[in-house]
Amino acid sequence: MSILVACDHENGQFGAATLNAVSAATEIGGDIHLLVAGDTSNSIAAHAAAIAGVAKVLVADGAEYAHGIAENLAPLICDLATGYSHILAPATTTGKNIMPRVAALLDVMQISDIIKVLDANSFQRPIYAGNALATVRSDEAVKVITVRSTAFEAAAASGGSAAIESIGNTGDAGLSSYVKSELSSSERPELTSAPIVISGGRGMQDGANFAMLERVADKLGAAVGASRAAVDAGFVPNDYQVGQTGKVVAPDLYVAVGISGAIQHLAGMKDSKVIVAINKDDEAPIFQVADFGLVADLFDAVPEFEKEIG
Amino acid sequence: MKVLVPVKRVIDYNVKVRVKADNSGVELANVKMAMNPFDEIAVEQALRLKEAGGADEVVVVSIGPSQNQETIRTALAMGADRGLHIEASHDIEPLAVAKLLKAVVDRETPGLVLVGKQAIDDDCNQTGQMLAALLGWAQGTFVSALEIAGDKAKIVREVDGGLEHLEIKMPAIISVDLRLNEPRYASLPNIMKAKKKPLDSLSVDALGVDVSPRLTVVKVEEPATRQAGIKVADVKELVDKLKNEAKVI
Repeated sequence: MSILVACDHENGQFGAATLNAVSAATEIGGDIHLLVAGDTSNSIAAHAAAIAGVAKVLVADGAEYAHGIAENLAPLICDLATGYSHILAPATTTGKNIMPRVAALLDVMQISDIIKVLDANSFQRPIYAGNALATVRSDEAVKVITVRSTAFEAAAASGGSAAIESIGNTGDAGLSSYVKSELSSSERPELTSAPIVISGGRGMQDGANFAMLERVADKLGAAVGASRAAVDAGFVPNDYQVGQTGKVVAPDLYVAVGISGAIQHLAGMKDSKVIVAINKDDEAPIFQVADFGLVADLFDAVPEFEKEIG
Repeated sequence: MKVLVPVKRVIDYNVKVRVKADNSGVELANVKMAMNPFDEIAVEQALRLKEAGGADEVVVVSIGPSQNQETIRTALAMGADRGLHIEASHDIEPLAVAKLLKAVVDRETPGLVLVGKQAIDDDCNQTGQMLAALLGWAQGTFVSALEIAGDKAKIVREVDGGLEHLEIKMPAIISVDLRLNEPRYASLPNIMKAKKKPLDSLSVDALGVDVSPRLTVVKVEEPATRQAGIKVADVKELVDKLKNEAKVI
């Protein structure tokens, strides 16, 4: 049994979520091959080959594979599919974009966002924003799967020495072309892998007030997130959003500031190890999941918190 | 240009779902149902295209039991022109939904299909991409801005790192994200008018699609619930707990 894992990368940066998908593949069991497709594939391939547990790295080099264009990548993955029992990708926006296209071309039903491997055919995945967990079994010849990163430990990024093999290109479908990206640049850790996350909600009142959270984040080495309400209000960009349809995080510490705690937000953070809620409404549902709740005006509490953590 | 919008009937997003005692699924009896919120955004976008002169007909399709006709009527009350109900008695997986929608696209030949990026019940996030694959069309997923000019669509996608701009060839499948628009409410006169708008019904068999499930749901269970924590009196106590008890800072 062999498992193909589609490597996530963007702008020459290796996507850390790939490591969690490799761990899921290890739990399924079998030879693990990584597919690296892009126009800067060689440096990424070296990175992929060093991951512990990876037997082989397949490299498809071509401009048509840059920027995760699904219309070009799906045929490439489908061409490889016959050799594999499982095809995995991290459930990032790239994986979520490409994998269903792969599954449909292979005429198999995808299993999205798995959080547990029970055996080679059975997986657990959240439904209804994580308010229920479904165990599903697939008897498809090839199992196409996306993996929720926070549910699996990251595989060691070094220690492996996989063979690197070049594969042929399937060409440009001519359906979709990349124009540009507007990426948020930040010196802080990436939201989905940060050990500490501090998020603001509607209670922040204004985007400028997020500077308070940023100062705390910088002291703690934390990432800054937000609720949907804060993103919709234009306080912060979309990539800050934690929740059912945004990012799913599970840090050691999650600090929710001025967030009421709609189920859609809880879906994105309730697996955090320790949850702190700061909200002036003591009835806010966020307190039902918080380990430590502080009923206070955030405009007093956050600056004091910054001072106290030293 | 005709725009096709598939809509799904799901448990209302405000309802706290309950898992059935026999672990076979979630309780749907006597639960408030509504149009999938992402699909509402897709309907709204289709209507805005029509109002701006970029579309001449908005057709809404829904797959499921007869109650799905209510969901279609909701879209018609928002302003869609025509509805199509595909009768299905059991849950249909995204792959089969995509196959049914492909059959509808073959009949209706729309120039654009607008779909919600995911349904808030199964959270699969598959149907749009699968339909694009089956049609061999371009797919613009998680779209927060859309501009159509001739045979091209300029789209902005919400991605993990921020925003991504693409240009895709029409006809296309576009899956919409939260911030594309804010859906309108249907006015009472429009709700009345919607009752007279055409709504056709078709059976799954008439479309010649095999919809038998590929996955077996072994069980559905409640997630582990978090223990309710404590309230701290002030920031000093909070920091003390985090440092000395939880040891996370």
